[in-house]
Amino acid sequence: MEAFLAQVLSGLATGGIYASVALALVMIHQATHLVNFAQGEMAMFSTYIAWSLLNAGMPYWAAFFLTVAISFAGGMLIERLVIRPVEKGSVLSVVVVFIGLLVILNAVAGWIYSYTVKPFPSPFPAEPLFGAYVSSHGVGAIAVTLVVVLLLWAFFRFTPLGLAMRAAAQNPVSARLVGIRVGWMKALGWGLAAAIGAIAGMMVAPVVYLDPNMMAGILLYAFAAALLGGIDSPVGAVVGGFIVGVLENLVGTYLIGNELKLTVALVLIVGVLIVKPSGLFGSTTVERV
Amino acid sequence: MKARSIAIAILLVAACVLPFVVSNFRVFQFTMVLVYAIVLLGLNMLTGYNGQISLGHGAFYAIGAYTAAILMDRFGAPYWLTVPVSALVCLVAGFLFGLPALRLEKVYLALATFALGVALPQILKSKGLEHWTGGVQGIVITKPDAPFGIPLSADQWLYFFTLAVTVAMFVLAVNLLRGRIGLAMVAIRDHPLAASAMGIDIAMYKSLTFGVSAMYTGVGGALGAIAVQFVAPDSFTAFLSIAFLVGIVVGGLATIEGALFGALFIQFVPNVADQVSKAAPWAIYGIVLIAFMYLMPGGVSGVIRQAWRRKNV
Amino acid sequence: MSSRPWQILLLALAVSATSVFAQKKYDPGATDTEIKIGQTMPYSGPASAYGTIGRVETAYFQKVNDEGGVNGRKLKLLSLDDGYSPPKTVEMTRKLVEQDEVLFIFQPLGTAANSAIHKYLNAKKVPHLFVASGATKWADPKNFPWTMGWNPSYQTEGRIYAKDILARHPNGKIAVLYQNDDYGKDLLKGLKDGLGDKAKMIVMEASYEVSDPTVDSQIVSLKGSGADIFVNIATPKFAALAIRKVYDIGWKPVHYLNNVSLSVGSVLTPAGLEKSVGLITTGYLKDATDVAWTNDPAMKDFIAFMKKYYPEGNVSDSSNVYGYSAAQALVQVLKQCGDNLTRENVMRQAANLKNFQLPLARPGVAVNTSPADFNVFKSMQLQRFDGKQWVGFGDAVH
Repeated sequence: MEAFLAQVLSGLATGGIYASVALALVMIHQATHLVNFAQGEMAMFSTYIAWSLLNAGMPYWAAFFLTVAISFAGGMLIERLVIRPVEKGSVLSVVVVFIGLLVILNAVAGWIYSYTVKPFPSPFPAEPLFGAYVSSHGVGAIAVTLVVVLLLWAFFRFTPLGLAMRAAAQNPVSARLVGIRVGWMKALGWGLAAAIGAIAGMMVAPVVYLDPNMMAGILLYAFAAALLGGIDSPVGAVVGGFIVGVLENLVGTYLIGNELKLTVALVLIVGVLIVKPSGLFGSTTVERV
Repeated sequence: MKARSIAIAILLVAACVLPFVVSNFRVFQFTMVLVYAIVLLGLNMLTGYNGQISLGHGAFYAIGAYTAAILMDRFGAPYWLTVPVSALVCLVAGFLFGLPALRLEKVYLALATFALGVALPQILKSKGLEHWTGGVQGIVITKPDAPFGIPLSADQWLYFFTLAVTVAMFVLAVNLLRGRIGLAMVAIRDHPLAASAMGIDIAMYKSLTFGVSAMYTGVGGALGAIAVQFVAPDSFTAFLSIAFLVGIVVGGLATIEGALFGALFIQFVPNVADQVSKAAPWAIYGIVLIAFMYLMPGGVSGVIRQAWRRKNV
Repeated sequence: MSSRPWQILLLALAVSATSVFAQKKYDPGATDTEIKIGQTMPYSGPASAYGTIGRVETAYFQKVNDEGGVNGRKLKLLSLDDGYSPPKTVEMTRKLVEQDEVLFIFQPLGTAANSAIHKYLNAKKVPHLFVASGATKWADPKNFPWTMGWNPSYQTEGRIYAKDILARHPNGKIAVLYQNDDYGKDLLKGLKDGLGDKAKMIVMEASYEVSDPTVDSQIVSLKGSGADIFVNIATPKFAALAIRKVYDIGWKPVHYLNNVSLSVGSVLTPAGLEKSVGLITTGYLKDATDVAWTNDPAMKDFIAFMKKYYPEGNVSDSSNVYGYSAAQALVQVLKQCGDNLTRENVMRQAANLKNFQLPLARPGVAVNTSPADFNVFKSMQLQRFDGKQWVGFGDAVH
């Protein structure tokens, strides 16, 4: 029983990581109806910026917020300069641009910072809570993620800007007709996603260590989590993240061993999607003839 | 169109002359270009013509490659037999995968196929299949020599064999895509409701397209395995699937000739990038990719067709 | 008129001509002024952390060239990226051999990558020298006379740990964490072979993939197996994750760490030095961050070299010590070749290293090769981490 609980708790901790990256994916999808494959690398790069700031002597929270601000601006810039010119083309050409972005960020990070693993500090105390299996950082990271989800939900639900963003993504033509600057809404979406990604990266790095390939494995699980929860639901992303984290651990320990756990976990997720094609919390789109 | 026939004829002649004017190493590289062209043709059918995004075609490439390797290494089968067997295996595998997958739309299908691409190397490494697949050590294959004592090097002979298969696959594709079936595929991509109202059996067509697309990729995989003479799980990572996607977009979606341009891109551009920058070659590759998407959103094929149209106006 | 002077002159000319031809012998890639060396390295992709090996070797050859080269010839290393993908390795190796016409291939990295070119290089009779992989099959001179490995074999390392366990903890229960690839499985095999019929001591094995974000789940399971001995077969990042988690969940096994991850700077420091006390590993090279070698002249030379020729490299990364040493061994082989730079002679000299002590090899660990024995490093020493440095104990073992 203790072992089972330990696996579940450890799964929730990793799930928190997937949830935060999944949130960033959902964010961009809300704004642009695209899945950003470069999200992981953007988060990784932001974390390296934070690392440089910390290395230069800046205190943690100052570096944290400065990195979030820089990432926000960076995200908006990427949308305006890199994505904007190809938006009009097919979905797949945008996907290829994402791939290009992914590859560039990864290569540049490796070139500037080398591939040696670097420890990244956590703002939370080092003592474990609830016995040895849960760290304060794990709980803290989940708390931060939940705060971000709450803020996002409130933003979309209660602010005019949030409404404008949703309108711009769902029906750009009508949105323009009522005076919404669709282009800037998209850029805002990217900026927010980049900021969320930066937060995710800074929460993840203390757990998995900082290196240019840090996000590669996480992105797949985050992708699965976001889709499982429903690509248009921030709450879904977080729930999806926890489910994926716990599932991964339980499948690996009790079902099939670590060799095939990724396969089985993905098969299960795809299975859920076949039964419920828009994800657990997603809304089904009605197609008009 | 006469111009097209002339272009194809010139291309074929050039392809036949090539192995005699360049080194064996280059012949090997061009054999890989042909292999990728077959693969991209298959993927283009699924994603370009039929609108089903696949981020996991590397898995079918791997299945084709391992089928060839196991046949040649464990069963001593002749190399030419591996091509039709891989084709059949992948046709079935693709169809079986396509059946449940057709319920998924766009980004969800992308995840499902990506999951396939990521899962397959794991499956290949697993203890259960180790006896057949060689596990992490992989399988070494011997390249066949030219038969009947024809004075060609092994590289050249394999090139011609691959060329013959490539031409056959292209001819098959043209027949499929230019006719009723191609129209149905495009109709399903553009307006599935209207298509089904017209009587097209969407489920059947989508699954079949998946199967045929996997078949093409598997044939490419088998030929690729023989050319490289080695298969291992590390050869078929998720990145391979992504490279294929890049290939069809750069070459030109929903075009047949795009497969060739895309194949040239994914074979040679990484090498060129490596020569441009030793420090961060993939950064150069990424920049080239983005530049291609800006300048040629319709792919290389798109640019050529546009230029041709303008010329004729 | 006497023809004697002419005869003598002609004879002298003939003798000097043949002796010129007898002295210098070249295969493709070697000339009077340079030696072309080929290499494939994963500069991109999942194993890009090892790319630094190629970079440090390039830097070292630059230093050698600045000091006049080897026997007056400059060393030119053509190191190409293969992204850790075997088809790419094949392509790049064929390019190096057939297009660039290098004299030999030096330290290509990765077991799968090298498996792909193993047969090819032996068929082409091109030396496949100092392969950067610990798989046992690189030391097989009878079947593959052109291939020689570099790393002490992983199986040897596994056996050494088994021996120590049998000697000092014969009644223990063993849990193993291993990377699910050829390297991890090879080490595990060595461990099991070394335990012999006591292999039942292993109560649990857990594997991980390079794509896994953490190994928390595996460590939790391994602790739950009740084992009191833990064998940690993981590459640097995962080894650090494991060391930290083992400590954090309050598990205190006898902890063996494989030597790929022994670097104090890149593994133990991220894990936490206080969490690494008591770790046992084997060693054959010195670690630059280990205070044991602070005043060692050879180490000081290395640090000065890194500063001057490879400043962007990380001194604490044990891969750099590894590459530096391999490059030095190669220079020794080439020195021994003299002016006979045929591929055959390169192999012959590589199989002719006698008691060659590398500056950064641990004392007592010398390189010895012979035509029947292609194992470059045979012995290693067990060492224990005391919170600050690795301290050797026992004698060097095989």
